[in-house]
Formats: sequence, C-alpha cells, structure tokens
Amino acid sequence: MSETEVFMQQVIYGLSNGMIIALVALGYTMVYGIVELINFAHGDVFTLGGFLALTIVGALGAAAIIDPNALGESSSWLLLFGLVIGAGLFCGMLNVGIDRIVYKPLRRAPKLTQLVAAIGVSFIIVNIALFWGGAPMEVFGDGKAAAASKDFPELLEGSNLLGEESNVVLRLEDLAIFIITIPLMVGLTLFVKKTRLGRGMRATAQNPVAARLMGIDTDRVISATFLIGGFLGGAASVMWSVYNNTISFQMGFRAGMDAFTAAVLGGIGSLPGAMVGGVLIGLIRAMSDQYIETRWTNVVVFSVLILILVFRPSGLLGLKQREKV
Amino acid sequence: MLQIVRISSTLAAIALSASAFAADAVKIVSSLPRTGSANAQTTSMVNGIRMAIAEVGGKIGDTAISYEDWDDASPQRGNWDPAIEAQNADKAIADKAVVAYIGTYNSGAAKISMPKLNEAGIVMVSPANTAPNLTKPGFGEDNEPAVYRPSGKVNYFRVVPTDDVQGAVAADFAKEIGAKKVFVLNDREVYGKGVAGVFEKRAKELGLEIVGTDGIDAKASNYKSLVTKMKQAGADLVYFGGTTQTNAGQLAKDIVAGGLKAKLIVPDGCYEQAFIEAAGVKALENRCFITFGGVEAKSLTGKGKDFYENYKKTYSNEPEGYAVYGYESTKVVIAAMQRIHAAGGEITRANVLAEVAKTKDFEGALGTWSFDANGDTTNRTMSVNTVVKSETGGTFSQVKVVN
Repeated sequence: MSETEVFMQQVIYGLSNGMIIALVALGYTMVYGIVELINFAHGDVFTLGGFLALTIVGALGAAAIIDPNALGESSSWLLLFGLVIGAGLFCGMLNVGIDRIVYKPLRRAPKLTQLVAAIGVSFIIVNIALFWGGAPMEVFGDGKAAAASKDFPELLEGSNLLGEESNVVLRLEDLAIFIITIPLMVGLTLFVKKTRLGRGMRATAQNPVAARLMGIDTDRVISATFLIGGFLGGAASVMWSVYNNTISFQMGFRAGMDAFTAAVLGGIGSLPGAMVGGVLIGLIRAMSDQYIETRWTNVVVFSVLILILVFRPSGLLGLKQREKV
Repeated sequence: MLQIVRISSTLAAIALSASAFAADAVKIVSSLPRTGSANAQTTSMVNGIRMAIAEVGGKIGDTAISYEDWDDASPQRGNWDPAIEAQNADKAIADKAVVAYIGTYNSGAAKISMPKLNEAGIVMVSPANTAPNLTKPGFGEDNEPAVYRPSGKVNYFRVVPTDDVQGAVAADFAKEIGAKKVFVLNDREVYGKGVAGVFEKRAKELGLEIVGTDGIDAKASNYKSLVTKMKQAGADLVYFGGTTQTNAGQLAKDIVAGGLKAKLIVPDGCYEQAFIEAAGVKALENRCFITFGGVEAKSLTGKGKDFYENYKKTYSNEPEGYAVYGYESTKVVIAAMQRIHAAGGEITRANVLAEVAKTKDFEGALGTWSFDANGDTTNRTMSVNTVVKSETGGTFSQVKVVN
C-alpha cells in the first residue's frame, strides 16, 4: 500500500466512524441546549437501539441471517432503512419516556441531582441490555452467554466497491453511513431553522422563561427534543451495528463517551458543532492509529480536546452560534 | 448480575449448602468473573468445582465442605474489577471458615488478592491464571513475584501451564504455518502483555520478522484503522495477546473486513464459546488459531475422560475449556484435606496450605503432575486449536498437541 492509499483509507474509516459519533453527539447537544442536562443515559439508549435491531433481524428468519445473499440487494437496503426508522422511533420514545418519568419531576431540582439521576438511568438501561442479551434467540446465541458480544449479521454485501484488487477498501456499509447520516443531519438543520417547532426550540434554548411568556409550550418543545435526540441515537445504533457487525451491552459506553467528547469539542449546545466535533474525533482516531500508535489514541483525542478548550473554552463552534439548539 | 444461567447453578448451590450446616464446616470459595462475557466459561468452571465437591459427598469425615461462588466482575466493566476482587479477598480473610480460595480467572485480578491472602495464610489455587510473573522471577518487574508473597511463603498455586510455555508454542506454530512477517498486539493487561511479550521474543529467536507491535484499546468500537496499518506493514500473521473480554472478536472481524490476508493467533483467553459468538465463524474459520494450556475436553484420557463424561451427564452440555481446571484445582484442595483427615489432623487454613504445597505426583484429570517450588504445575501439555463450522454455529477443533 502506498502512502496515499493508506491516507485515503484512514480518511474513509475516520469519516465513517466520525459520522456515527456525530449522530450520537447530536442527541447530547440538543438535550443540553434545551434543558442544560448532560443526559448520560443517551449512550445506553443507543445500546438498546442496537439490541432492538438485532432482535428484529433475528425474528425475520434464520435463513436470511446465515446467508446474506438470501436477501436480495434491494430488500437488504429496505431492511436497513426499516431498522433505522424502527430503532430510531423506539429510542426516541424511550428517551421521551425517561424524560417524563425521571427528568421532568427533577426539572427544578439542583443540576447535580439531575446529573446523578441520569447516571442512575444509565445503569438501569445497561442492565436491561444485559438481560436482553440473554434472550433465547439464535442471534443471541440462544441466550447462553447474556453478556457476550453478539455477532450482528452483515446486512449489506461485503465486497470491495473499488474492486477486489484495490488496496483501498470501500464497502457498502461505509457508503450506507453517508447515505443515512447526511440526510438526517440536513433534515434536522432544516427542521430547527424553518419549522414552527424548531423556532420554539431555538427560543427555549435561548431563554426558557421568556419563551414560555411568549406562549411557547416548553414542555412540548422538551419532549420533541428528547424524541429527536433519541431518534438520531437509534439511527446511529443501527449504523454502528451494521458497520461493526457486533453489538454488546456495553457498546453505548464508548460510543457515548466519544459522542459527548465530540459535543464538547464542537461546543455543547451547538448542532453544527456536534457534527463537526464527531467527524473530527473520528478522523483524529484514525490518524492517530495510523501515524502515532493505537495505544496513544485516547491520549491524543483528549489532548486535542483540552487544547481546544484552553483556547476556545466554549468549543469550536460554541461562540459563533448564538442559539444553542 | 441478571443472568438466567446462574439460577440453575444457584439452586444447586442451595441444595449443596443445605446439607452443609454440620457442626464443623469448612468453606471453599471461588472468585471468578461471573458477570460479563466470560460467564459461560466461568459457569462451566463452577460446575467443575461443584462436581469435585460432590464426588466426596460434600464432606471429609465429619467435616462438611460448603462452597460459595463469588463474582469478581462488575457490569460496568463487563470484566474483572479490581475493587471487587479486593473485596472478595477481604471477605475470605474475615470469614474464618474459609480454608481455600479458588481463583482467579484473570492474571491481573490475581495480583490484587495474592498478597492479601498470602498474609492471611489462605491457600489460593488458580484454575486459569497463566501470567508467568505471578510465580516466576525474571518475567516481570524486579520485585515480582516477591511482592505477592509478603509473608515469604508460597500460598499461590496453579494447575494450568504458564504463558512462557504458551507464547513460545504459539510462535513455533506461527513458523510452522509459514508466517514470515508478524504483527504483535496486546490488550495492555497483565496477561495479554505478558503472553504477547513471550511470543515476540520466541518469534525473533525463530527468525520471524516483527513488522510492528501495538497495544489496543479494548473498548474501541472497531480496529479498522489499525488493520490498515498492519496491512501497510505487510503482516502475514497477527498475534493478539488478549481475551474475548478485551475485544478479540472485533479484532478478528476487522482483519477480514479490512482486507488483511493474515492468519491470527490468540491465546487461551479466547478459548471459549463466547469468542466464536463475538467474532462469528466466518471471521475465524481457516484463519484463526487458539493456543490452550491443555487438551480439548473430549480428548482427555483416564480420569479426565471420566470427568468429561460425568460432566456431560450432570449438566447435559459440553464443558468449556477451563471446566476441567476448575475441577482439578478443587480436587487438589480436597485431596489435601483428605490427607489431613487420614493423618488425624484438623482441617485448618494452615494445615490445608501446608498439605496442598506437598502435592506430588497427583493423579488427576489432567494426568499425573506435581506443584513445583514456585507453586506452578509441572504439567506442560499445550494444544493449538482452530474453529470449524458446526450445526450450532461454530466449535473449537484441536489441530495439534505439544508436550
């Protein structure tokens, strides 16, 4: 492999991983923008999205799982879109439910109370995922080892799009990430900029009291925020599972950590910030794996974060973008 | 801690301990990672321990033996947890009835409980630790293994051959299958780093070219970037010193997905069904080899064969690789107790420790072996295994045995 090929390859991997991180980061940043809560349970909601996806895939029939070719090209794309929407809705509703049951009664409580509640919810969900992993289904290894990582079947055909002879590998799953994440991000931006509810969100983010005085139903705005944040997390979990072909009850921990870092890097509360932050972290990870050493990658990521926060305390895009959503 | 699999074994424990409330009862405890993906492996080991105790009817003379199955893992880590392992050791020391501590599974965990139990004079028999520096000088820091023996006496024994044997067997095998350029990875844990280090040293001696080394982040979502780096280095074989719990499955998958045409060799920390489940048979078949300190359960002979058949009869499934070691480590302790009883002695911590240390030419399920002065087994049988397709997904298949 020539140096250019290696660099190209790392850009592909960095972008693919980064887009997924960005999608999760949006969930953190939106919720923070509206209610100023770091929703630590977000990463674990993401985990459940992956488990739901694998359950659906398993329920659709063992034959299709063992042989990905049994699904036609178009039907596997259809299945992928179905999963994105299904897991997205599921995670969105779950997020709204968590907000209603746990966060809403604590809305006026000290910030620290809310934070501890979020950590508590995170633990509960991790254990639900652990329990789910013991489901007596073939895709869950018949539930024998609940905590083991689960093999997520390859939904998309795995050959190299640049030809089997090419040193650079670009697979359908890399492409699928872009096909799915970019419209979601564009859609979200348009929604927040153009719609009435989006305007309500921006208003609530700037000043919740004033927004309420102006007749904005802030409870509705908050629910919508949790719903959208959860939806993006669910969509990301499907992409993550398809891309890595593995799910585990702990997958949300690292994904959440990376995404939270991305949100802070980009300026927490800022939508474009989360997107830029996610992609940056993906790229930094790939480049550090290649040009430094894998064992230093976490050090590199957090050093970059600290450096940026020293010079721009509110993150890369935290200042320019006044409105927080 | 929400494991259905454990309910059945807990019921068995209740049945066993109910009979154990006799006048003087002694206790054997085990400390193994019961939460996390090692669970299937450790459940199988606990089954082995229970079998060993059940074979003597749960008592020696009039002294009942009770058994407690302790967890040293936490759901947050999904793997052994230093805080919990420390708690377990303290709990064992505080409970005067505890005369033997079976554990640990992970070498890193052993480092925590070894000095504690050493000072308390409780015998510790590990069914699975393979890091050589726990017992042998010259493999780790200068103060190892003395630092684990504050009392100066050896209280730690193990029934499994160590990684200075295992890493070398893996390197020999790498050469045998024609590897020339090797990339060595580890998981940055005691066990993984140790075995990868031995592999690297031996590989150099054999004239294999080491094209790179690195430590992976066990919690990373994928290793595609690292695979690209290995591809650029022209590696035709990857050695990973690590376990299923430190993401060996994902690494195996990404090697295939990233188009790296290299074989993969991993140590015994991956010799469990959970590894096949995590990686998928497709990523392992014809390209992954797993070394293991012993032979596969169904190839055991003599008492080992009896164990295998009894196990299948009792639990109606196949034992995992380490089940027989759980069984053997407990058998050694029980044999020591029996010798104390036969000599008219009392079963105390000190007596059990002294008697286990004397184990010589023990005829067990793993053949005839002794403990050496360091507390290591004299058994050096190793096997190399691969993964083949089966009706239930995939299964391990033994390729060769090295003595």
